[in-house]
Amino acid sequence: MSVTTDLEPVGFDEALTRYEPVFGLEVHVELGTATKMFCACDTTFGAEPNTQVCPVCLALPGALPVVNATAVESAIRIGLALNCSIASWCRFARKNYFYPDMPKNFQTSQYDEPIAFDGWMDVEVDGETFRVEIERAHMEEDTGKSLHVGGSTGRIHGASHSLLDYNRAGIPLVEIVTRPVVVPGDKAPAVARAYVQQLRELILALGVSDARMDQGSLRCDVNLSLRPAGTETLGTRSETKNVNSFRSVERAFRFEVGRHASLLDAGRSVVQETRHFHEDSGSTSSGREKSDAEDYRYFPEPDLVPVVPDAAWIEELRGTLPEQPSARRSRLQADWGLSDLDMRDVVGAGALDLVAATVEQGSSPAAARKWWLGELARAARERDVALDELGVSPTQVAEVQGLVDAGRVNDKLARQVFDGLLAGEGSPEEIVAARGLEVVSDDGALGEAVDRAIEANPDVAEKIRGGKQAAAGALIGAVMKEMRGQADAGRVRELIIERLS
Amino acid sequence: MSALADRDLIRLSASDLAARLADGSVTSVQATQAHLDRIAAVDGAVHAFLHVDAEGALATAADVDARRAAGEPLPTLAGVPIAVKDVLATRGMPTTCGSRILEGWVPPYDATVVSRLRAAGLPILGKTNMDEFAMGSSTEHSAYGPTHNPWDLDRIPGGSGGGSAAAVAAFEAPLAIGTDTGGSIRQPGAVTGTVGVKPTYGGVSRYGLVALASSLDQAGPVTRTVLDAALLHELIGGHDPRDSTSIDAPAPSAVEAAGRTDVAGLRVGVVRELGGEGYQPGVSARFDEVVALLSEAGAEVVEVSCPSFEMALAAYYLILPSEASSNLAKFDAMRYGLRVGPAGVDAPSAEQVMAATREAGFGDEVKRRIILGTYALSSGYYDAYYGSAQKVRTLIARDFDAAFEKVDVLLSPTSPTTAFKLGAKLDDPLSMYLQDVATIPANLAGVPGISVPSGLADEDGLPTGVQVLAPATADARLYHVGAFIERALDERWGHTLLSQAPDLEVAR
Ligand SMILES: [Zn+2]
Repeated sequence: MSVTTDLEPVGFDEALTRYEPVFGLEVHVELGTATKMFCACDTTFGAEPNTQVCPVCLALPGALPVVNATAVESAIRIGLALNCSIASWCRFARKNYFYPDMPKNFQTSQYDEPIAFDGWMDVEVDGETFRVEIERAHMEEDTGKSLHVGGSTGRIHGASHSLLDYNRAGIPLVEIVTRPVVVPGDKAPAVARAYVQQLRELILALGVSDARMDQGSLRCDVNLSLRPAGTETLGTRSETKNVNSFRSVERAFRFEVGRHASLLDAGRSVVQETRHFHEDSGSTSSGREKSDAEDYRYFPEPDLVPVVPDAAWIEELRGTLPEQPSARRSRLQADWGLSDLDMRDVVGAGALDLVAATVEQGSSPAAARKWWLGELARAARERDVALDELGVSPTQVAEVQGLVDAGRVNDKLARQVFDGLLAGEGSPEEIVAARGLEVVSDDGALGEAVDRAIEANPDVAEKIRGGKQAAAGALIGAVMKEMRGQADAGRVRELIIERLS
Repeated sequence: MSALADRDLIRLSASDLAARLADGSVTSVQATQAHLDRIAAVDGAVHAFLHVDAEGALATAADVDARRAAGEPLPTLAGVPIAVKDVLATRGMPTTCGSRILEGWVPPYDATVVSRLRAAGLPILGKTNMDEFAMGSSTEHSAYGPTHNPWDLDRIPGGSGGGSAAAVAAFEAPLAIGTDTGGSIRQPGAVTGTVGVKPTYGGVSRYGLVALASSLDQAGPVTRTVLDAALLHELIGGHDPRDSTSIDAPAPSAVEAAGRTDVAGLRVGVVRELGGEGYQPGVSARFDEVVALLSEAGAEVVEVSCPSFEMALAAYYLILPSEASSNLAKFDAMRYGLRVGPAGVDAPSAEQVMAATREAGFGDEVKRRIILGTYALSSGYYDAYYGSAQKVRTLIARDFDAAFEKVDVLLSPTSPTTAFKLGAKLDDPLSMYLQDVATIPANLAGVPGISVPSGLADEDGLPTGVQVLAPATADARLYHVGAFIERALDERWGHTLLSQAPDLEVAR
């Protein structure tokens, strides 16, 4: 166990005055194939424990693996989309270690012959582009899950016994590993976050995974080390796991920089270990110590034949690639008619996909952007969650804007619809009905209110009769006040002008 | 049937028995019961079986008889009983691999080989004894006690598949399935006077074969005649989508090859490195006679050198333990098999239970090889051990390639010695390992091999064997040459070798 908790972490900015962070990201993507990596078991999430198992994924004696061709295809497409070279011949390897939730006590993975290698991804932060180099993307299988029973925290410590669920054992994974990334320290956490964000966009666009960080189908490990500013040798790194959202990537990064700096300042050494990130406190705690002495005794998997993707097939797959995220951003910016600055705000808020999806559902780009960056961004800040974790979908936002466009609610009422959505009160239509939010455009009721407003404000009415239509605002305000905001302001204006011209 | 008739029935070859089943002169129930009776009579002394499934075998036999009576066309071997090495998963029948760690485990699925036997209507008599996880050359490493050689009950029947070979040699079964990782079918064949074939790697599915060394293991026939082996090989062989390493291509007919009589013009290579010093005189003498027979029949016999074979044993004892150390990691008490808690620990962790179970469940030879393999794969040693062994493997494959450019088949004694006394080599693993010196190169290169009886050694009167090796996928050549040798020797002797084996019921 490490002895690090007694030191107060150094502030991030202060740490940067003395140290330069170097980071690497390992992202595991659970592929959305119908069957597992090496057997025909179903992969649907959330099934009853141990109902999606067979002799192969339970490692019954004698059972043998067979490679899932769709998983290989997905891995190659991920590699191609990350500008990687694709191996013309590669093998699986066994990573040997004992662990109760790993049935064979080795993980079938790839070692020195990954399916994809030497790629890159350009990441944009504040209008600046940073190239993140990809070392490799390789195929492997997931482990089962342990449930520790009887302890207070669900962790193994203090538990009386453990239950094992092997449904997840053998689900195909692709692990994407970056080379060490060195960018200006103040930008580094944002670059790390943007990389994961953009990688997720790419995975979704490829359609190879649902890439849900909350369900663990996209998992990120942040490897970080510090070195004294101006030096070249890499420091000792920590590997932070459990980083389950984009924001957490940034927060875990900042925390680890501070923790490493405090250790180095105190003349102590950083322990090479796995650390767990805690969403609630924004801090990390020590997990398994992971020295270089840990020996997985990798060797080529003798139960599988080499994977030899045909060159023509690879080219065919290249033809199925979606637009690169940077190209997509440029296209969307042009389509939406946004300035560089406006676009940067959209991307920075993590709203790109949300806005795009809202526009796809029929909303205007301006309205979609307005809601996501205004009302909803504010709500996300208040709740301290990411935009896509708010529980409001692009479809719902487009529906609300549809109500505005139809004149059934105005912007002010629309905000109340969003309040209802955030409170889980149902669909926009249901909320409008339940909260009685529909604007009054019934000319009878409105006309009476307009008449009363004219009567109460003879001076203003006179100005309008004199041609000063801009003065109508005061009367509109009075009508809206009387109608408690539930009036169609455009129609009110029309009625006022009609009567006073 | 009378006792005498039963005595004859169990001595029939599988093909002869199949012919009688087909013409209706014998029923499968009769044949199966005769073998069950024989097992009851002699297996107390031989201990070829770890489990006998009389009920299941008779049920299959009755079913085959009914289908035959109804005029249904049946596979050639339908109704012929068979014994299966206890390393192949059998649904509803215990599968122990000769280990305590799997005591009582009943697989929920059949190995592909087993499901092919069932589909063809072969009554499965039971599971045969073996060295624990197929590690050994004498069957003495079985956790359930050794098997005894029917030629001399004080001697080993070879290993690891001593149970299958002894069952066939003792007329407890006309057919058996063995598995061969470094000679475990062929060496028991040689020392029990039976026929054993290791097919081309990938020729027979490994699905359900509990792996010792995945890149070396291969299941194959154990029989009393070459034709029987050919019939069984055709039945169990062929592509299996559940085994990625199985070959997806049609193989030439083994049965047809076993019917060829002419070896004139056939090019036969005698491997210089697999003979001479270290080989028992009687083994060498019988081998030389076989070479002379081939020569007299018009085969072109030449000496061939395969210099890398000298390194085969060393490479094998790095590759096999490496793969085994990983393959055997799954036996951890979490999902099946033995579970032992550590002594004196109140609430043991999963890791402690794993360690205690493996300590209690594995025998010494298994532990020895797990430790060897773990060491050979360790970082810092990998290149020197596992890496170098793989290079040797490539060299051996090249030696075979070069040899098969010059000759059609290679020839050597199967085993350097006849059966030794039980216990003679238990304290000397290296001397035990040398039993497989002639058989191992074929496993390392993936080529097929057959062992055919070559006679009895003058010095001890015990069986010797000759090994024929062919290029990968040319298994048919084994049956061609093997059948010739068998026929020529039987003609010379005027009887089969096994007819000279002692009568166990009298000996008992
Ligand atoms: Zn499965």
